Amino acid sequence: MLPGFKLSLGLGVFYLSLIVLLPAITLVLQTLEISWDEFVFYLTDPRLIAAFKVTFAAAACASLFNGALGLLLAWILVRYEFPGKKLVDTLVDLPFALPTAVAGLTLSALFAQNGWLGRWLVPLDIKVSYTFIGIVIAMLFTSIPFVVRTLQPVLEDLSPEYEEAAASLGASRSQIFRRIILPHIRPALLIGMALSFVRSLGEFGAVIFIAGNMPYETEVVSLMIFTYIGEYNYPAAAAVAMLILAASLLLLLVIQVIQSYYGRRHRKI
Amino acid sequence: MSGAVSSLNRRALRATDATTEPLWVRILLTAIALSFLALFLVIPLIAVFTEAFSRGADVYWAAITEPDAWHAIKLTLLAAAISVPLNVVFGLSAAWAITKFHFRGKQALITLIDLPFAVSPVVAGLIYVLLFGAQSWLGPWLSDNNIKIIFAVPGIVLATVFVTFPFIARELIPLMEEQGTSYEEASLTLGASGWQTFWRVTLPSIKWGLLYGIILCNARAMGEFGAVSVVSGHIRGQTNTLPLHIEILYNEYQFAAAFAAASLLAGLALITLVVKSLLEWHHVREREKAVRAASQQA
Repeated sequence: MLPGFKLSLGLGVFYLSLIVLLPAITLVLQTLEISWDEFVFYLTDPRLIAAFKVTFAAAACASLFNGALGLLLAWILVRYEFPGKKLVDTLVDLPFALPTAVAGLTLSALFAQNGWLGRWLVPLDIKVSYTFIGIVIAMLFTSIPFVVRTLQPVLEDLSPEYEEAAASLGASRSQIFRRIILPHIRPALLIGMALSFVRSLGEFGAVIFIAGNMPYETEVVSLMIFTYIGEYNYPAAAAVAMLILAASLLLLLVIQVIQSYYGRRHRKI
Repeated sequence: MSGAVSSLNRRALRATDATTEPLWVRILLTAIALSFLALFLVIPLIAVFTEAFSRGADVYWAAITEPDAWHAIKLTLLAAAISVPLNVVFGLSAAWAITKFHFRGKQALITLIDLPFAVSPVVAGLIYVLLFGAQSWLGPWLSDNNIKIIFAVPGIVLATVFVTFPFIARELIPLMEEQGTSYEEASLTLGASGWQTFWRVTLPSIKWGLLYGIILCNARAMGEFGAVSVVSGHIRGQTNTLPLHIEILYNEYQFAAAFAAASLLAGLALITLVVKSLLEWHHVREREKAVRAASQQA
């Protein structure tokens, strides 16, 4: 029996209670103080409902696109050889290392009408900065690594025997992909996309720079909470925060269920 | 004979053909993936530094050394200097308890450690405002005793601690789980004290994992925006961190100065990535060495 159980557990639980538990309980208590009518009143504000629609739609677009891009990136990183592969592998983590404010500032400058990327979109009549597309791009950027990093280990584990067996039995490459590879990597792909979705729901720093933050159009829920706090409307902020927190926790629970169902714990966030 | 070999070879070739794509597909997929990466990751990175120096090095230097910017840099460093060591101590003790002992509620503890990753940054800031703000239960007592937490430096530090809370524990728990307890037990049997065992046996075996956690924790601590933004109050020269300073400059259309401040944080991100890949490279090499040593012994 090793020593230090009481000390380490005590210290860990004390610190956890102080930093995480106490504030979290305060949020719950604050929400419980709100009467049901008030709760409904806060949550049926049309401006808030519009923000919810924008946030969920943008997060869904971003995580769908991330699913495709992440699958492609993980695929070439695991299966193919090309010069600079190590560098590419390192670069994938950039969105996690780069502060969101820097990401937001840079993306909004790049996609502005006279920006490096935005000017090519002007003739096509596509506006990115201060529109819904801008929100999607900001969310997309900040969650790129999730799908790649959950898929990579699973693709590496996939031994070639199954593909060889399928090929020797006459399956075409696309059949092998659809019938053998895709079913094997589907849970990891779903988990990666769900993590990316959760992250996008709460994203704030990157989004507010590029969104333009027009009420009813390009305002996200995080910004609504921020605005309520600025107006000292704490009950409304707590009500909305509880709702978005519940949505995130529910999704994370689903992820846990998928993970334990498939019996392995993939690489974490 | 040679005919048999070549037909075997051809069959082997066909088998490998079926487990990979034709060359043109491989090139096409790689090209698509790399151009997306260039568009979304490389160009923004180049843009930060180009825009920062767009008005020349003098403007850049002035933007960084101007008093408000300088204060923001110092506050950012201070928040990281407090929150990272705190999370190191917590991460080590939580990981020690979780990986070296069996107790009830272990899974619940791990879930709670992960909680800050599920909470959006603005909500993280909000919970501290609800706890310590002027309208909270603690509010009157705090103002009576002249303690300022929200819209002051302690609030910024607390919010930073919260969002960076899981990084080190999460890095250490799987690592220490894998290593088990046999070395520590051997050390204790040989008469070392608990602390000696920790310093001489456990710490050396987890130092790279710990370092990995520290640089990720530090990058997030210096770059946190949402949570800090809520509790800071944006008081220039007092409660502005570097990411908040960027936002203020952006809103004032001082783009060159905003990018100058952003370039510091982008530089930090690049350093983080380099150290991170060096540590990963080191880890892989150690692993290979251990595998080779094990196979030689056998």
